Amino acid sequence: MAVTRHSEAVAPIRKSGPFSIWLTRHASTAIGALGRLVRQPFASLMIILVIAVTLALPASLNLVIKNAIAISGDWEHALDFSAFLQQDMTVNDAEGLARLIQQRADIESVQFVSADDALQEFKAASGFGDALQQLPENPLPHTLVIRPSAANTSVSITLLQEELGNLPEVEFVQADTAWVQRFHAILDVVRQAVVITAALLAAAIIVIIGNTIRLDIQNRRDEILVTKLLGASNGFVRRPFLWSGFWFGLLGGLLALGLVQTGLFLLKEPIARLAGLYQSGASMMALDIRESLAIIGVGVLLGLLGSWFAAARHMRKIEPR
Amino acid sequence: MIQFENVSKRFPGGQEALSGLSLSVDKGDMVFVTGHSGAGKSTLLRLIALIERPSSGQVIIDGQNLKRVRRRKIPAYRRQIGMVFQDHKLLYDRPVSDNVALPLIISGVGHREASKKVRAALDQVGLLHKEKQNPETLSAGEQQRVGIARAIVSRPKLLIADEPTGNLDPDLSLEVMRIFRRFNEVGVTLMIASHDIALIDRLGCRRIELDNGRLAQPANDIEEDDELWQ
Repeated sequence: MAVTRHSEAVAPIRKSGPFSIWLTRHASTAIGALGRLVRQPFASLMIILVIAVTLALPASLNLVIKNAIAISGDWEHALDFSAFLQQDMTVNDAEGLARLIQQRADIESVQFVSADDALQEFKAASGFGDALQQLPENPLPHTLVIRPSAANTSVSITLLQEELGNLPEVEFVQADTAWVQRFHAILDVVRQAVVITAALLAAAIIVIIGNTIRLDIQNRRDEILVTKLLGASNGFVRRPFLWSGFWFGLLGGLLALGLVQTGLFLLKEPIARLAGLYQSGASMMALDIRESLAIIGVGVLLGLLGSWFAAARHMRKIEPR
Repeated sequence: MIQFENVSKRFPGGQEALSGLSLSVDKGDMVFVTGHSGAGKSTLLRLIALIERPSSGQVIIDGQNLKRVRRRKIPAYRRQIGMVFQDHKLLYDRPVSDNVALPLIISGVGHREASKKVRAALDQVGLLHKEKQNPETLSAGEQQRVGIARAIVSRPKLLIADEPTGNLDPDLSLEVMRIFRRFNEVGVTLMIASHDIALIDRLGCRRIELDNGRLAQPANDIEEDDELWQ
């Protein structure tokens, strides 16, 4: 036995400061947990894949809704409404009114449709031509087809519609926004459904990770017992499992992001073609930075939650006997 | 260092492992706890390690009444004492050096400091040359010495050992006892449970004999065999 070693053994142990202890412990535990993941590549990959798919599903549904809202928003702005004028107005008065309205900043264009034109069009389109022949006089009023400018919001459009309806020359205004509103209501329902689905899938991820960590805890039961006998706190014993959950969540989140981006990439071409057919400039909106980080963040959060639940539930039962 | 005051331990089944036990061990002593299996040796040590709580009476370790050590404080308390087990309780998924380093890692000793201490501890049990090996490749005696290195690496004032030589042949047992003796010489208090009375008597240390959870009068009329320690 070397003398120097002996004196070394008797010298008091120097301990590092609390923060550097904390940091070093976490760094080494984090790397250790990642190492365990890598040592079981197949099992780890399966779990990460399940998490990724489970995260990617609501994320991509959300993206679809986001795009649908954006597109339908365009429709709403481009929507014309018809102002039916009083029955007794002359063509000249009606055209004067059209010019007047045309000057408003929030109106893009006004098209005047005279009562006669309207009747002709109706005869041709409805197939009631013969029946309409029998009418003693034209029941249709003059009409202004008004297209609001693109700068309008859905609120200002509603106000505009009211304002025009209140003009004395106007009998009533009909906006074809009803179906867009219905469409929005449907989107709202779908969005709620996606939120509920996402919540259920989040619970599923917590269960999946929790179960993985539970098995891990059972496999490392002896190690937990020994470290507890040597004076390890519950926090110390729990730490590697929390890190495992963290890695599962992080890698699952990253893979989910990859899946969504791949899906977007594959859809890019067909959507461009579709947009081209409708002569619309609409292109698929991709994930922005915030949404991308949110996917990863949710993955990490669920990973931590799952492992924390499992650790809290199963660790307490492993005590030296 | 160790003080038991009228300590009883009753298990839920009703059997009494210790009944009204009072004893005291001074700082720097090396004592053996003997007795038949089931006499309460293990229970005695488990009360010191706070693996069990007494049904009545109090245990005072180094001036600390264990009754006042709350559940959350048990880990910090255990870090103050070294423990050696009959079955070594080594972890076979890591090398010898990592096993010995475990108590230091738990108490947050820095990496470089820890590896110095680990080498010193392994040197003291004569296993420095095996630090990189897996404990599985070591003999039973060597594994027990690794267990001892782990118990003393964080320099506890008190070391308790439950049948440390239970699985060893006489020569290896003597070797382990010599190692214990060396720690005792630098001031470590030791309490060792064993039923190897022949060996203990030759060592000439104090003996606490238990019989059915009570103190039996030990026949402590042996002379120390100085040759043995050489």
